[in-house]
Amino acid sequence: MSRITLLALQLLVAVVVVVLWQLFATVPVFGRIWLPPFFFSNPVDVFAQIVKWFASGVIWKHLAITLWESILAFVIGSAAGAMVGFWLARQPLIAAVFDPYVKMVNALPRVVLAPIFTLWLGLGIWSKVALGVTLVFFIVFFNVYQGVKEVSHTVLANGRMLGMSEQQLMRHVYWPSALSWMFSSLHTSVGFAVVGAVVGEYLGSAAGLGYLIQQAEGVFDVAGVFAGMFVLSVFVVLIDMGVTLVERRLLVWRPAPADGRG
Amino acid sequence: MNEKMPTAVALEDATVAFRLGEARVYTAVEKANLAVGAGEFVAIVGPTGCGKSTLLNVAAGLLKPAAGSVRIFDRPLLGLNREAGYLFQTDALFPWKTALDNVAIGLEIAGIPRSEALARANDWLASVGLAHFGSRYPHMLSGGQHKRVGLAQVLIRNPKILLMDEPFGPLDAQTRQVMGNLLLDLWNRDRKAVLFVTHDLEEAIALADRVVIMSAGPGARIIGDWQVTLPRPRDIFETRLNKDFHALHREIWSVLKGEVMKGYAQSADA
Repeated sequence: MSRITLLALQLLVAVVVVVLWQLFATVPVFGRIWLPPFFFSNPVDVFAQIVKWFASGVIWKHLAITLWESILAFVIGSAAGAMVGFWLARQPLIAAVFDPYVKMVNALPRVVLAPIFTLWLGLGIWSKVALGVTLVFFIVFFNVYQGVKEVSHTVLANGRMLGMSEQQLMRHVYWPSALSWMFSSLHTSVGFAVVGAVVGEYLGSAAGLGYLIQQAEGVFDVAGVFAGMFVLSVFVVLIDMGVTLVERRLLVWRPAPADGRG
Repeated sequence: MNEKMPTAVALEDATVAFRLGEARVYTAVEKANLAVGAGEFVAIVGPTGCGKSTLLNVAAGLLKPAAGSVRIFDRPLLGLNREAGYLFQTDALFPWKTALDNVAIGLEIAGIPRSEALARANDWLASVGLAHFGSRYPHMLSGGQHKRVGLAQVLIRNPKILLMDEPFGPLDAQTRQVMGNLLLDLWNRDRKAVLFVTHDLEEAIALADRVVIMSAGPGARIIGDWQVTLPRPRDIFETRLNKDFHALHREIWSVLKGEVMKGYAQSADA
């Protein structure tokens, strides 16, 4: 299928969904409105809401806050996860001692931590960052840990035979292997940073996309909820595209996956 | 062996054993005696799973013998063998480094400035016929090219001993012969001591000065030692047509054959 045909078909799906939604929300079929506006709003109102947000400029502040929280959560969570993962992988004894606790904390649905973070860190951005960090940390932690553990024995032996000291093995073998695992989970960890930020905002905040959706929901403004969801998904898609670009640069040495995103 | 020629690698009654469980011990190699002179090319041939690679790892210092001793240039080997370069059977290149960086790394970690290391790595890539492949990553290289980079990576450090563990095993028949000739060319420049492990008797005779035969494991021993007097420099394609080559091949094979059959019988039992 050519790119243009594909794009046309993809657009067609959106058009059909929007038209059907608008139709069932405004025109009675068999004497009845199938999508009552109170519960489902309609595309025109949702679009109007989005335009209003961008025209008045209020949306930028919320986008900036959510973006900033996501970035902080990603950076802090990744750095901490990479360091702890690398360290524990090189200290099998300590790793064995902490193993049940790591599993326990990771098994905990992180949303329940949100009230505690709000209590500790207040309603500002840091309680959201903390929530995102707990999500990102474990993904990076497990990947880096695995990356160090799964270094090929042959590559390691080769490094030794070429005269590498323990420190040089770290730098030239363990660390690149760990980073490659971490980078391959980049999409997931960036996604979770955004989830942490938005869920945190939704549960209690004064700004951000999550806050916007929660506010609209509070006054039964369904158009506002849908508009917030739409802006949020575009926001996430844009970030994901950015991650793909970064990934391509960082993992040039990897064979292209036979089948996958790209 | 020539009296004046110093011994590069000497295994004396080397026994290698692995723990299989609480009480079970698997003896891979039993009381192996082997001496490789400086400048001598020795090939070890044996049935699959006889412990040829184990012996090589002992010479490299990657494995400690359970009994017996290893001497490198008449000094007992403690830890890794710093005089040796090791060419592995499977992919050992650093996948996150380009071919050029893979070759240069051995110099860089020895403290040689990066610019000089890269310049010398470039020369080595040219020596192995990969002058324009420096910027490729290992996954972009074919099996034969991998081995060429591996050779350059090991040889750039100028080790006195070259240990090779079925290095051309995974390659197709033609590429193996081409690589064999490349190896002989490079070896001819300064004649390092080479310990070359293979299961291919033809390859062993075509390359080596001496062919050593191992028995089937467990408890594999060295059961034969032949001098190969074919003239050098050799071309593998030509050498294989030589009359003496065939005579020697027949002679060694008559011993090796029995061990190969034993090896198969054992792996069928397991």
